[in-house]
Amino acid sequence: MLDITLSVNGATRTGSAEPRKTLADFLREDLDLTGTHVGCEHGVCGACTVIVDGRAVRSCLMLAVQAVGSEVTTIEGLGPDGGMSTLQEALWDSHSFQCGFCTPGFVMQAAAFLQAHPDADEQQIREALSGNICRCTGYQSIIDGVLLAAERNRQS
Amino acid sequence: MFRWRGQDSHNLDGPRHPAAVTVVAAAMVARAAGQPGPATEECTPEGPRMKLPYVEYEAPSTVAEALELLAEHQDEASVLAGGQSLIPLLALRLARPALLIDINGLRELSEVSAANGSVSVGAMTREYVAEDSETIADTVPLLAAALPLIGHEAIRSRGTIGGSMAHADPAAELPAVARALDAEFVVSSKSGDRVIPAAEWFEGYLTTSRRADELLVEVRFPAARRGTGVSFQEVARRHGDFAIVGLAASLTLSDGVISDARLAFAGLSDVPVRGAEAEQLLVGERPSADLFDEVARQATADLDPPADLHGSSDYRKKVAATLVRRGLQAAADNADERQ
Repeated sequence: MLDITLSVNGATRTGSAEPRKTLADFLREDLDLTGTHVGCEHGVCGACTVIVDGRAVRSCLMLAVQAVGSEVTTIEGLGPDGGMSTLQEALWDSHSFQCGFCTPGFVMQAAAFLQAHPDADEQQIREALSGNICRCTGYQSIIDGVLLAAERNRQS
Repeated sequence: MFRWRGQDSHNLDGPRHPAAVTVVAAAMVARAAGQPGPATEECTPEGPRMKLPYVEYEAPSTVAEALELLAEHQDEASVLAGGQSLIPLLALRLARPALLIDINGLRELSEVSAANGSVSVGAMTREYVAEDSETIADTVPLLAAALPLIGHEAIRSRGTIGGSMAHADPAAELPAVARALDAEFVVSSKSGDRVIPAAEWFEGYLTTSRRADELLVEVRFPAARRGTGVSFQEVARRHGDFAIVGLAASLTLSDGVISDARLAFAGLSDVPVRGAEAEQLLVGERPSADLFDEVARQATADLDPPADLHGSSDYRKKVAATLVRRGLQAAADNADERQ
């Protein structure tokens, strides 16, 4: 077992894990952060996307030990204490999601993308979200929500 | 949620990857014949069930340490770079290394530099870093054109140039770019360095000429000459998927005449395939739609691509011809812009 110390949502967290434990499983099982969802477990569906050192990554394709010393943001850390971020509010207002399984992955991917590209247009948003799979919505409502968030971010 | 399943019922959930089906089928046939087949499942009974198989782990902090580990463990070890291909292989139990040598701590392998008409890209250069690199955009435009087509944004956050080249998936973008440009692969081992040309690097499906004690440390690309136009074309089932067929194309124009032409296909064989015949037809000619039509026909006439559930051999051949036409036209158009 390896000692693992990393920053998650602004707080220092420690645990221990076998080297083969993925970051996704470490977040869920060892840190009880079950907001990160695990879908395909081989990098195809995007449900497990989290932000590591400012970049969206698949937490199922990264070992927990590889995140030692990193700053990780999960869906639990996106909004202000118990509330929702501007992005989450906009997705809520746009009825972006249905069943919720893919939601945290989409939200984290969109959050990382809007951070880096605040003026993104619809085409760029579609491209950025193309690695996340949703089986409910047909995607348009998600794109609408992210566009609304970008607009609100620019106004505030 | 994690239920221990005995050796013989391991595939109750069914494999979800075409390659996994092959391995599981081979294991079942071998077992029926009373022989040990390829291992499909193994879990340390005392430990918790996990997605990835049991594996030892080392994270060297220098190249010298990594080479020491490779020399000791040889093909029992797998080198973990960005992990965007190796970790899925572990998750699907298609790769079963005894040891992972994690080279993410080798900062010395992340440099991009251009000198004397050659661009050196460190093996651990992440794909998103290469995508944002002005050096690469200016000097290796074909590489720059291919990078945004690799997987998705989150994959490129971790994936590396060296990792993709060493994984050597014949349908991937970067091997085709390397083959088209005659890139060189620099490998290190305890006994010294070797420089391997792209024509000799790709040996077969997921197989390179890297020896088990060697580490890929750098990929060298020739800098594009003035008047060079490029295009990376691909047809995939969905955006970000591996290409059914992909094409890396580069044309250099001098006074309106093609002085250098380079074509390499992805997805048509177990290695990236160079379109040498097409290149010969192009050099010395002036770019035109008629020329590109003719080259597309001749370049693909002798191809015999594999068939799978994504497309028949004949379909792939037709797609290849279309991509040659489109790729050459796009390359000729942006060669004009660069003159």
